[in-house]
Amino acid sequence: MAKDKQHQLDIVTKPQFIDGSALKIPMLQLLAEDGTIRKGAELPEMDKELALKIFDTMQFIRILDERMIAAQRQGRISFYLSSLGEEAASIGSAAALTDGDMIMGQYREQGALAFRGFTVEQFMNQLFSNERDLGKGRQMPVHYGCADLNFMTIASPLATQIPQATGYAYGQKMDKTGNCTICYFGEGAASEGDFHAALNMAAVYKVPAIFFCRNNGYAISTPSQGEQYAGDGIAPRGVAYGMKTIRVDGNDVFAVYQATQLARKLAVEENEPVLIEGMSYRMAGHSTSDDPTGYRTRDEEDAWRAKDPVVRFQKWLQAQGWINEDEAQKNYDEKKAAVLAALKSAETVPVPHIDEIIEDVYDTPPPHLKQQLEALKAHIRKYPEAYPKTASRIDGGDK
Amino acid sequence: MAKMNLLQAINNALDIAMAKHDNVYSFGEDTGAFGGVFRATSGLTEKYGRHRNFNTPLVEQGILGFANGLASQGSYAVAEIQFGDYIFPAFDQIVNESAKFRYRSGNEFNVGGLTIRTPYGGGIAGGHYHSQSPEAYFAHTPGLKIVMPRNPYMAKGLLLSAIFDKNPVLFMEPKRLYRASVGEVPEEEYTLELGKADLVKEGKDITVLAWGAQVEMAEKAAEMAAKDGIDCEVIDLVSLLPWDVDTVAESVRKTGRLIITQEAPITGGFASEVAATIQDQCFLYLESPIARVCGLDTPYPLSHEKEYFVDHLKVYEAIKASMTY
Repeated sequence: MAKDKQHQLDIVTKPQFIDGSALKIPMLQLLAEDGTIRKGAELPEMDKELALKIFDTMQFIRILDERMIAAQRQGRISFYLSSLGEEAASIGSAAALTDGDMIMGQYREQGALAFRGFTVEQFMNQLFSNERDLGKGRQMPVHYGCADLNFMTIASPLATQIPQATGYAYGQKMDKTGNCTICYFGEGAASEGDFHAALNMAAVYKVPAIFFCRNNGYAISTPSQGEQYAGDGIAPRGVAYGMKTIRVDGNDVFAVYQATQLARKLAVEENEPVLIEGMSYRMAGHSTSDDPTGYRTRDEEDAWRAKDPVVRFQKWLQAQGWINEDEAQKNYDEKKAAVLAALKSAETVPVPHIDEIIEDVYDTPPPHLKQQLEALKAHIRKYPEAYPKTASRIDGGDK
Repeated sequence: MAKMNLLQAINNALDIAMAKHDNVYSFGEDTGAFGGVFRATSGLTEKYGRHRNFNTPLVEQGILGFANGLASQGSYAVAEIQFGDYIFPAFDQIVNESAKFRYRSGNEFNVGGLTIRTPYGGGIAGGHYHSQSPEAYFAHTPGLKIVMPRNPYMAKGLLLSAIFDKNPVLFMEPKRLYRASVGEVPEEEYTLELGKADLVKEGKDITVLAWGAQVEMAEKAAEMAAKDGIDCEVIDLVSLLPWDVDTVAESVRKTGRLIITQEAPITGGFASEVAATIQDQCFLYLESPIARVCGLDTPYPLSHEKEYFVDHLKVYEAIKASMTY
């Protein structure tokens, strides 16, 4: 075939359109829906300790999500986002990283954060916006962040973290840290311009980044297929940007773990950014602000319930003899008690002192902010009953 | 007349506009059959089909780019940005495209059929990214019109004007009042003039100016002041671009005092623009400095929302300070 030397292209002499569906990317699945190993599949190495840590984290997140949705319904917190059904995607991938790798999440990756070691008390302090929250009570619930655990603080705007992951990974590469950055986002966020900028730049600069798309079927009410995109999901976009790409069953913790492990190797050892698309389903609403019955059927939910990632993994663990029903139940009960205790404790902790309102706008508050704070405090002293959360200790020494 | 809340009034205006012209389109994230996260577009897909009221992919710059193109083609594009806090990816399309489409082409092309609807404002436990009032960024942009209604009656009449106005209009809806503000609204079509302030309460001692949800705080503060014998004139600015200088200036010439209150941070806010113009127009009539009662120059915090919020007490204190200056 003739070649165009400048662009390294094959030359054809008849018009030839490539069909939009020409690239069909398969899905890696190791563990079948019934918890058995798929024929021909070879599970990645995972010792009992790690397997049980993953399962423990899954159980914990399930309890946390369930309890906090209830707490929101009771008016104890203002808002919550559940990760029900997507535990394998975030926990299985986080398990394949080292603690020095950076995690940049969207807002449904509490599993990855818990796996890193964020404690139940830390979760609760953020959810109740109290003075022990690392984010100083400033953001809505579930906007976690922890520098010690290399988990970048969540921001509500969608997809903004994706190009930031490219930049962060570039710094890791230049500093020769031997670490990578994993960036999570949904298939909805992948419509944003930031996604496209991020992948293109990552491929051009060859940065150690793993872009993990949790394709959970919905962006609030908007279904992915046909309304969010017309093509074969998100994965082909990685190929288009010249990036190694893989699609996995996001409800199969082994497929997620293996793909992320290999991606990490590519990222860190060869500076090859990778796109992973994990196919899953958002079993809960987008948040406590919406009711999924308004936009999808119970049959559809039931079909996905049968693919539950936690049940699937538990079946495998039981078949291994690494855990039995009673032990799983006992763990569940212990975790539930711990969650309830932490919840009760966190909700009695006061909000941050009013002086904190002007901190961290800049590294140190400039004079105009100090003046604004003084004026605000004078006002609160005048009307203490109108600002009960801060008035009682406005002049106290317990800041 | 019918009792409607602010959302129902907006929905009703969209319904009337879509019934009136086949080339009125409504779209945004989750705005299709689901009706939007606040349900402002409920029922429109059923009534007008999924080709006229529809979901977009999750991409604000795409929504506005698409809307600009559709409007330039001669259609009426009513684009919803789910929260004002998420309008910024579309900033380029709005500031460099919508606002300059007519001017740069010598009026060969325009996007007069464009209306951008977006909820704004705080007081709903929304933290940094569901509470902002970003009107001032856009008020710095010649070529846009900006409208911020305060109640259902105003919202319906103004939205109908905005949709059929020959210029791109940013229509900012006070989400705190979506369900809280209820009032009598004519069921038929009517329009309210853009660029015209609304006298909410006549008074002689001091003028209190606000727009959108903040008008409620101005009214409450005026009620408190009335008990002290202070007679406030409360004005709703309604439109920020262009804004009704004459109505405000006339009021200040009468009262000699002006308080401007806005939800947004004080520095670089629209209140500053009003203050500058009014001191220029009314300098010799002023008996006290024009005061701005605004948000702090910090992001909008969650746990200190009550303290951050520009409530009626803060406005009331400013009224008293101005009166005793």
